[in-house]
Amino acid sequence: MANTSAKLGYHNGKKLFGIGMLYLSPALLLLGVFLFYPMFKTLYFSFFEVSGGGQVGDWVGWGHYAELFQSSEFRKSMVGTFLFVLYTVPAEILISLFLAVIASEKLKGIGFFRTIFSSTLGVSVAAGATIFLFLFHPSLGVLNSILGTVGIDGVEWLTDSKWALVSVAITTVWMHIGINFIILLGGLQNISRELYESAEIDGAGYFQKLFKITLPMLSPVLFFVIIIGVIGAFQTFGQIDILTGGGPAGATNIIVYSIYLEAFSYGNFGFASAQAILLFIIILIVTIIQFRVGEKKVHYQ
Amino acid sequence: MIKKIIIYALLLVSSLVLFFPILYAISASFMSPQEIYAGKLLPSSINFDAYKDVFERVPLVHYLTVSFWVSFIVMIGQLIVCSLSAYAFVFIPFKGRELIFFLFLATMLIPWEAAMIPNFLTVLNLGWINTYAGLTFPFFALPFGIFLLRQHFLTIPKELWESAQMDGCSRFRFYLKFALPLSKSSLSALGIYGFLTTWNQYLWPLLVTNDDTVRTVQIGLKMLIANESSSSWNAVMAGVVTILLPTLILLFIGLKYIREGLTSGALKG
Repeated sequence: MANTSAKLGYHNGKKLFGIGMLYLSPALLLLGVFLFYPMFKTLYFSFFEVSGGGQVGDWVGWGHYAELFQSSEFRKSMVGTFLFVLYTVPAEILISLFLAVIASEKLKGIGFFRTIFSSTLGVSVAAGATIFLFLFHPSLGVLNSILGTVGIDGVEWLTDSKWALVSVAITTVWMHIGINFIILLGGLQNISRELYESAEIDGAGYFQKLFKITLPMLSPVLFFVIIIGVIGAFQTFGQIDILTGGGPAGATNIIVYSIYLEAFSYGNFGFASAQAILLFIIILIVTIIQFRVGEKKVHYQ
Repeated sequence: MIKKIIIYALLLVSSLVLFFPILYAISASFMSPQEIYAGKLLPSSINFDAYKDVFERVPLVHYLTVSFWVSFIVMIGQLIVCSLSAYAFVFIPFKGRELIFFLFLATMLIPWEAAMIPNFLTVLNLGWINTYAGLTFPFFALPFGIFLLRQHFLTIPKELWESAQMDGCSRFRFYLKFALPLSKSSLSALGIYGFLTTWNQYLWPLLVTNDDTVRTVQIGLKMLIANESSSSWNAVMAGVVTILLPTLILLFIGLKYIREGLTSGALKG
């Protein structure tokens, strides 16, 4: 008995490899078909004219990319995308952090508040966006009637090009609070109580403890939430489709929506693929930068 | 004492502000069209007309059923595929597994949307438009899930596997009888996460469905808005509340597991 297991365990590398691959095969097959293959295919498409049905036409080389960099529409889309990251990520993290800090107190009934603060995780993008579509409604919406009662003129939240991206950002921030809150609260609860106790012996006040212990100890988690926030912002789609459809005049046509329109409304799979490759590269660069900066700034225990 | 009062006040105000959109959607779903026009905050009486209206106008029950099955199939598929892979990464010491694990981790950097055009064509060519297969198969292999379960399997003592092996326990039996039962909390976290994210999917179901056969409730909602006039916001809100309920309930029940799962993923990563 011991002999056979030793054989299996140490001498039969090939067999082990076979067994390992057997267990990995479903994942390898699926990732191969639905992730690796399509990434290469997207790159391939980006150098051709490809119709909406997937028929590959003429080779255009870097043509699509050149066109992208000259297109004022695409420039607008990129500016919009970066503005959107700026509007959403800092706001959602600050709000979630505030909520996590007040919900980390050990008080009676705190579980109720934690549940409420987590709730937007259970709100789908379609449902959340539809509620905000109603709240933003120019004449029936609550937001404008609240503004009205304090004597401010209503805002055309979704049809004014100055406001549309902000409105989509407000919706997005609200929807992301749940997940960020859960992760940040988990991070807060992992900070050792002893640190606070010894700080209290030294006479540290509430804000001193917050800035000298809580935030530095929380930095790895904050860093994680920033990364998923930025990537999430780049991938925004559903709320735009429901709230603005990319409009007015392309004001909310940010990258994934732009890829979607180009591919599935205009049928330019080749040109859309070039945008998709650019999306991939941007997310890759952003992640690498964040890891570089993160390594230096983040305080690990 | 004063600190306590301040914190309670902050908690209360924040809850109200954060939960306001959902409360208002519930409130509006009970209003009459006149009350919506008048911009009321609360309905004068609880009436279910808007619910009757929305269930009559769109096949909401059908959409809900489809969404349930799609989410359920993806959840089961992810649990099987991810746990098998995670098991291989922890309990089968084959050559090159670090490399393959790294490859799996690296795929987390690929935004799924960057691959959607060829994926759409794949599904189209397989004849999977308007089928459960098209909606579910592409999501079975979730690198995040493999990572999460691997972290949990690593906490199972190696001695357990060694002694089970002595007793003649096969690898697959150990996977079924020990590895899976010992990881209930992580499996629950992944299951709930998978179910919620699939239920909430928007872009992919929009691409691979073009009739009601397997239309999910999220796309059903988009259709509802597109077809409604502004006078029936109460019916739209009734639709919203109906599709919110399952996920909110699931979230409230499973919050503990999700918190544990996500937190360990974030911290140990």
